[in-house]
Amino acid sequence: MTPRLLAAVLLVLVAPLSALDGDPRIHDPSTVVVHDGRFYTFGTGNGLPISVSDDGWTWRRAGTLMPAIPGGRPGPEVIARGGNNTWAPDVIRSGDKYFVYYSAPGTQPKAAIGLLVGRTLDPNSPDYKWEDGGPVVWSDGVEDSNAIDPGVFRDPTRGSLWLTYGSYFGYIRLVQLDPKTGQRLHPDARPVNIAINSEASIIIYRDGWYYLLVTHGSCCAGANSSYNIRMGRAKSVTGPFLDNMGIDMLQGGGKLFLSSGGRYIGPGHFGLLDLGDGVQKFSCHYEADLDRGAVSVLDIRPLMWRDGWPVAGDNFKEGTYQIESVRTGTALELEVQGMPVGGLRGRGGRGGRGDAVPAEVISAQNAADVSASWPAGTINLRLSPYMVQAQQKWTITPVAKVGGYPGSPYFKITIAGTDRALAATEDRDLVTLPAFTAGAEQLWRIDQLTDGTYRVMPKSVSNSKEPLALSAAGSSTATLDRFSADSDRQRWLLKTP
Amino acid sequence: MNTRRRRRLLRLIVPSVLGSAALFSSAAAQTGTGRGPAPTLAAPKSPAKAPGVEGFIQRWLILEPIPMKGQLTDTAVQTAVKTDYFPNQFIVMPQHADTVTVGGSELRWHAVDTNGYNVNLYHFAYALGKPTSNALFWAVTVVNSPREMPDIRLAIGSNAASVWWVNGKEVIGIYNDRQTVIDDGVSRRLTLQKGPNIVRAAIINGGGATDFCARFLDREYRPIKDITVSLADRQ
Repeated sequence: MTPRLLAAVLLVLVAPLSALDGDPRIHDPSTVVVHDGRFYTFGTGNGLPISVSDDGWTWRRAGTLMPAIPGGRPGPEVIARGGNNTWAPDVIRSGDKYFVYYSAPGTQPKAAIGLLVGRTLDPNSPDYKWEDGGPVVWSDGVEDSNAIDPGVFRDPTRGSLWLTYGSYFGYIRLVQLDPKTGQRLHPDARPVNIAINSEASIIIYRDGWYYLLVTHGSCCAGANSSYNIRMGRAKSVTGPFLDNMGIDMLQGGGKLFLSSGGRYIGPGHFGLLDLGDGVQKFSCHYEADLDRGAVSVLDIRPLMWRDGWPVAGDNFKEGTYQIESVRTGTALELEVQGMPVGGLRGRGGRGGRGDAVPAEVISAQNAADVSASWPAGTINLRLSPYMVQAQQKWTITPVAKVGGYPGSPYFKITIAGTDRALAATEDRDLVTLPAFTAGAEQLWRIDQLTDGTYRVMPKSVSNSKEPLALSAAGSSTATLDRFSADSDRQRWLLKTP
Repeated sequence: MNTRRRRRLLRLIVPSVLGSAALFSSAAAQTGTGRGPAPTLAAPKSPAKAPGVEGFIQRWLILEPIPMKGQLTDTAVQTAVKTDYFPNQFIVMPQHADTVTVGGSELRWHAVDTNGYNVNLYHFAYALGKPTSNALFWAVTVVNSPREMPDIRLAIGSNAASVWWVNGKEVIGIYNDRQTVIDDGVSRRLTLQKGPNIVRAAIINGGGATDFCARFLDREYRPIKDITVSLADRQ
């Protein structure tokens, strides 16, 4: 391949960053769940539309849920308690079953939340079918409640199951569910009011705190939607949920979690996607994706934690970075002899020669300045103190049409100003190759972890079935190891150089 | 090892280590060239020694320093350690008190045990009245493994630059002026063969303190401690 043709191919391979790939259109998405390695979410619409992804990055529409239940529509009891619509579902696995809770509003605030029960999410499975579980909760149109927008939560401390629901006409409410049936555990108990003036509620748990996330603002107006996600926390699942200023969410409190930004307007409908190994993401929809005609789309982003509160992270953005080990404070570099920025020069006495401050500005060091002495073939890697030198600066660029992972495409990692690419070796180590050729060993997954640092993993490594991550074996040595959430060894800071 | 061979090994080691004991106590002072005993080093008193609690190798044969001026960059250090100083320098397994001639000077190998995680080369050279700065130190030891150990790593730290070999293969190098940090340079995965394995190092110091530390780590980065260290490559 000629260099010009190669450059053209690589240009095509560079992916623009967006909120997911493929067809991510959805409104009021459920929590994203993983079933047999495939990602599923369900949204508002006739029959509850299904969105599916094989990798969490590229999404496709895949029909609707309702055709798989007897009658193909909400059951008569659900329609009687609420109405004909099918909105804003949520889903959870409980034992060997999946419970899908969905909104069935009539003339609001008369509404019901119905239950579907299935054993698989895979429409191609012979076991694929949904059974009508009837209404779970409802609002009569008079009381201070609008029984839509279910959010289901399993309390990890007790294994108990809870449902929050509600939207604007009054309270966000909480009821306990039976993990075996998905129906209310105590149907005669009075629902607990836990918030007001919001919708799209859901609870998550971490380190002794229950967090109630809700959506404030208005939906369904494209770029004029003021949706934003807010939260409070409590020591008990039943509340009181207070925000960062101590204001009860029953009195309208709510610390901001996520608002409009960049090309996305109106985030709402938080869902937790816990990938294990200390990697957490969250899903939401934006009311308007300005890069997609201001339609509503799904996104998946990193979830971080700071000072006892969840923080919305951003999916990794292309740029030039130093890659610094959290464990050692040393930076990933080519194993070549570094050249001081500005070249070798005497510094004179301490503080320099003469009486005046020198006017000379020393230029940044680029690869073109020093790479003539680098070997032409593969070059090994190591860790060294960061000295702002060319062999320590990495350009990280998304790559199109090679797949991705939840929320993001794979990236290539090249020495800035060159096409020299970081690659995994079959003996679970690292090299740089003279040029990027899009092999799986040259594609990298970059997950922001809950503490804001990053995990960097090759798409695949020959001869290894276990997932491997960039790892600081020592202060001066980088390698690939299985990721351990308990150690700083595989945590990295990606800093502007 | 059969009894006869073990006795022969004991004969090889014990007299030599007893001889070295003097170097680190009174003999150096008696020669008029030394400056008193090295406080952290002692002559070995047994044929084999287990690693310390954190797996550090505490027994070495060290050659008196070779004067060395120059930079500590990758290129300079690689050139320096690949220079021929004495016969078979990458394969020889010396004994205590063996000598080599480098640049017209006779240099002696010394068997030492360190009482810490590191080997203080400053103490070593100072006690012998030898230069501690602008110096190249050769060190070698024998790690006896009870079985083949794949997927392990040699983890070293040194003040300053150093290059390391295991069974004749270069496995790690660290460069420039630096302090000794535990597990600074860590080799790629390697295999310790059952029986003796020769670990060799060249450490170059510019100025000031100089020392090194070394241990083997398993695939979970835990120190390997079920090995012994001796100064003979034959069992």
